[in-house]
Amino acid sequence: MSVNTLDRARAEAADITPQVAGAAAIHIKGLEKSFGNNRVLRGIDLDIPAGQFVAVIGKSGCGKSTLLRILMGLEEPSAGHLRFEAVDGGDTQPNTRIVFQEPRLLPWLSVADNVAVGLGEGVPQNVSKKETASVLSEVQLAEKVDEWPSSLSGGQRQRVALARALVSKPGILALDEPLGALDALTRISMQELLNRVWRELGFTAVLVTHDVSEAVHLADRVVVLDEGRIVLDLDIPYPHPRRHGNPALAELEGQLLGAILGDARA
Amino acid sequence: MSAFDTSFVRVASERRARQAGVARQGISFQRFLPFLLPVVVIAAWQLGSSLGWISTRIMPSPAAVVVAFWQTTISGQLPNNILVSAGRAFAGLLVGGSIGFLLGIANGVSRLSEQLTDTTLQMLRTIPHLAMVPLVILWFGIGEESKLFLTALGVLFPIYLNTYHGVRNVDRGLIEMGRVYGMSNWTLFRKVIFPGALPSILVGLRFALGIMWLTLIVAESIAASSGIGYMANNAREFGMTDVVVLTLVIYAILGKLADVVARAIERRALRWNPAYRN
Repeated sequence: MSVNTLDRARAEAADITPQVAGAAAIHIKGLEKSFGNNRVLRGIDLDIPAGQFVAVIGKSGCGKSTLLRILMGLEEPSAGHLRFEAVDGGDTQPNTRIVFQEPRLLPWLSVADNVAVGLGEGVPQNVSKKETASVLSEVQLAEKVDEWPSSLSGGQRQRVALARALVSKPGILALDEPLGALDALTRISMQELLNRVWRELGFTAVLVTHDVSEAVHLADRVVVLDEGRIVLDLDIPYPHPRRHGNPALAELEGQLLGAILGDARA
Repeated sequence: MSAFDTSFVRVASERRARQAGVARQGISFQRFLPFLLPVVVIAAWQLGSSLGWISTRIMPSPAAVVVAFWQTTISGQLPNNILVSAGRAFAGLLVGGSIGFLLGIANGVSRLSEQLTDTTLQMLRTIPHLAMVPLVILWFGIGEESKLFLTALGVLFPIYLNTYHGVRNVDRGLIEMGRVYGMSNWTLFRKVIFPGALPSILVGLRFALGIMWLTLIVAESIAASSGIGYMANNAREFGMTDVVVLTLVIYAILGKLADVVARAIERRALRWNPAYRN
């Protein structure tokens, strides 16, 4: 009994140590998902190495959000399978966190308490306080610890949501159009922030977006989905951080747009 | 040209100063405004009584009410009856409110519980609870149980309805977030569902407080041997209009007090919500 408690305490302590705890690889094979007669995903094969930043783009209804929800365990696949592989060889469900399109902060909790939600239950007060403060300074909101979410701007709220996702040092971070509701300038600074924390923390990132330029700017690899199938899988071999307005990226952007819209014309 | 400019600036700044003065005056005037009507009415009432225009058999003078207040206070009659009534009121609120709250939570969270009880509750809700008075007297006589039963029954429904509504309207996105972030059911309730439903629950509480006093007045006037309602009814038999009016004033004050407390709870519990901050 006491050994058990000790083990759990140790496991928790390991869970929140500040180094890269364990980015995980994702292996998806023959994944299908139907809602009634509606086949949303029709056989997805995708291998994402640990630490890669993958963007999944496509038109509305192409299945990209469903794919993300299956990754998060919010939906069960109808067929095929999904396997995670931690860097240390473990095969268990890794620590996976998500940032939604809306911040989804609890308006009755302070910024610090909202971030602490990401740590889960049973974390001692002092540890939680320390981790919360450090991740908030990471997203440049250290001075807002005690504010209510209602007094923050849209971009600040989304940064709190990002801090909540990062505070437990996830191995996989799922991003469901996280910048879609922000204005253009805030979006650019959020992209820089995302890129920086990804490079520092080394998690595997899966970004679902319909903004091609955002995908090209942030990701190592862009996957285009159409009618539940992968129609293009493109590497973006440029070093980070990337400058906006880079002509090579603009070229790739054009190619991706063609792939998305070309199918629409056919 | 420049002379015109400076004079224009001067005029503008004078106007601003004047407006600020008006605003300052406006604030003190506004603070006084809510009390204007009651003060005028009471003054006119006292004047009418003193001049003999209003018969004391119909309406006592305000001064007589104050005297009655003083006499019943030093005799201990008033404080005792207030304590008895307040005790009944809050016992009823506690019992009925708890039942309504628990049912509201259960039906908001569980589909099974909702299907089992909601239709019945909605049916019972449409019966005016004061229509139960004859039956309640047959069941409990004029003992404490009858008052407790009626008050509890009266406050149950507003609390039930608003709790249920509040739980049902908690943002689904927040609940999904809680689940994805690994919250247990209890944590989900404590951190997401209950605080999300709280604004609505507190609206229910304020409705319930109004119904609580109303029920008690009726119940105490019909079937009681103590309490403010009994005191009023007793005074009526002896034609003591001053005591009857005094009890009305006491009811008004108690009702207002309960509302002030409910508002204070609201302001404290919902201070995260900009609409409740001031």
